[in-house]
Amino acid sequence: MPDALKGTWVQIHKVVLKPEERSARLPDDTKKVPLEFRLKGFLTHDANLGDEVEIETLIGRKVRGKLVKINPMYDHGFGRPVPELLSIGMELRKILGGEDSAS
Amino acid sequence: MPRDMSYDAVMKRKNEIMKKAVGIDYQIFESGSIAFDYERMMQEVGYTIDEVRKIQAETGVGNTPLLELKNLTKLARKVAPPGKGARIFVKDEACNPSGSFKDRRASVSVYRAQKLGYKGVIAATSGNYGAAVASQAAMRGLNCIVVQEVFDSHGRGQPEILEKGRKCEAFGAEVIQLTVGPELFYTFLCLLEETGYFNASLYTPFGIAGIETLGYELAEQVRAIAGKDPDAVVITHAGGGNVTGTARGLLKAGCQNTKIIGASVDLSGLHMASDRDFNRKSFTTGHTGFGVPFATWPDRADVPRNAARPLRYLDRYVTVSQGEVFYITEALAQLEGLERGPAGNTSLAAAFAIAQEMDEDQILVVQETEYTGAGKLPSAQLTFAKEMGIEVRRGDPADDKPGERIIIPEHPSQIRVKEVDLNVLRKSYISNCIENYRVEKVTEEDIKFLAEDTKTDEEYVKNVLKDLGVKF
Repeated sequence: MPDALKGTWVQIHKVVLKPEERSARLPDDTKKVPLEFRLKGFLTHDANLGDEVEIETLIGRKVRGKLVKINPMYDHGFGRPVPELLSIGMELRKILGGEDSAS
Repeated sequence: MPRDMSYDAVMKRKNEIMKKAVGIDYQIFESGSIAFDYERMMQEVGYTIDEVRKIQAETGVGNTPLLELKNLTKLARKVAPPGKGARIFVKDEACNPSGSFKDRRASVSVYRAQKLGYKGVIAATSGNYGAAVASQAAMRGLNCIVVQEVFDSHGRGQPEILEKGRKCEAFGAEVIQLTVGPELFYTFLCLLEETGYFNASLYTPFGIAGIETLGYELAEQVRAIAGKDPDAVVITHAGGGNVTGTARGLLKAGCQNTKIIGASVDLSGLHMASDRDFNRKSFTTGHTGFGVPFATWPDRADVPRNAARPLRYLDRYVTVSQGEVFYITEALAQLEGLERGPAGNTSLAAAFAIAQEMDEDQILVVQETEYTGAGKLPSAQLTFAKEMGIEVRRGDPADDKPGERIIIPEHPSQIRVKEVDLNVLRKSYISNCIENYRVEKVTEEDIKFLAEDTKTDEEYVKNVLKDLGVKF
């Protein structure tokens, strides 16, 4: 059984520019690493993770790259409540307290 | 023979690719020197306010509410000298279809693309503009590609940008996610060439004309509420379009005396193209990393002549810290019941301080809000910042250091603005013009243009040229 069947929603990865192909005007840390590309779409054939594959994007373009994720998660979230912010509302209401005119 | 797709070869074809992709021949507005006919470009290629309003009404853009922030005004008066504390209003731009003022900008570009018969649109943006273009393209039945700078070399995505990418996909756009680096522009050019789509640039006359309605509407709304013009409008400044379009709209509405104040988050010390610094900032737009370079060299944009020219309109430019914007974002939610931003609240943080310099009967307008949620919220951004080793604590925001610590104020009186000397930016802009156009002798026309483009006069420009040792 392949990792992903034709039609599965996946993410591909490829290197657009190797470090030596990059623009000359870059900070040192960026110069050392490649320019990488990630894109999601539907597999046009069965494939395993790590394979060179073809996908069809949401607008129907066919793009090739290495299969890196199957049905990738949207993993950005709301974060943890921030102690440094939590008490601000109470503090401000205290400053405003007692006043009745807003204008 | 296949085209040469190497970095250098594609970058050399830039002008040719762009001409096809925006449908504007910029050459006809050029003087052959520094000067170009900005107003003619805006007139001939852009649209009138009435035309733009009609275009925007077709896709539900604009006519957002103007809300008076009574509790924040009251709070500002508590900490202001007696008699000070202008009335603060906010234009709730989050009410646009994709959740920000960027819908105004996208609406005209996508309309234009459709009218010219393009099959799709492409935008290079990590901001709310991507979702705006995707939403407008969905409404008008065009394909959309958004190219984002989102990951560092460890594959860690900036949460705010990940959210913007998700939203683009929700509208059916193809989202290309790149790692850090200005060569995003190379990928963008390759895509324009391959697809033949329209470049929905942030910096065309269409995009700027789309924002003019924001300034125009807010002038009408303030007059209806208060019977007078706004005394000042604070505008979050990044690439310059927000300042330019809003100011032009205010002028078209006849607000000759309204002060135009730009505000950016101070990210000084962080390099915008650094793989390391990329995920050590908690604001991906509205910051000095765009605000300063786009003011001092607007024509760095993805079109030959940028329609966004902030120095032409700015009366004042201030910065605030990341911690101050998070604080005011929390205050907006807690005191006004509006969960928005945070990046769009940069101007609100500045306005809270500036209102305290103004009289109680004066009117100060913050001209945007933006939608918020996963990835964007202060809780999402500050959780990520802590994971990246940034110190977050309460204290005096004067101790804030971008990339190292975020200081959340302990008291509203600690929200202050830092002035950016516009004269320094103006001189830098004039110097960049000389350098980039390789001009040996500046013409009379150039001097007139530079005076208009820096909101100064010809004497001012001549003095700068003398200092620079340039002949005229």
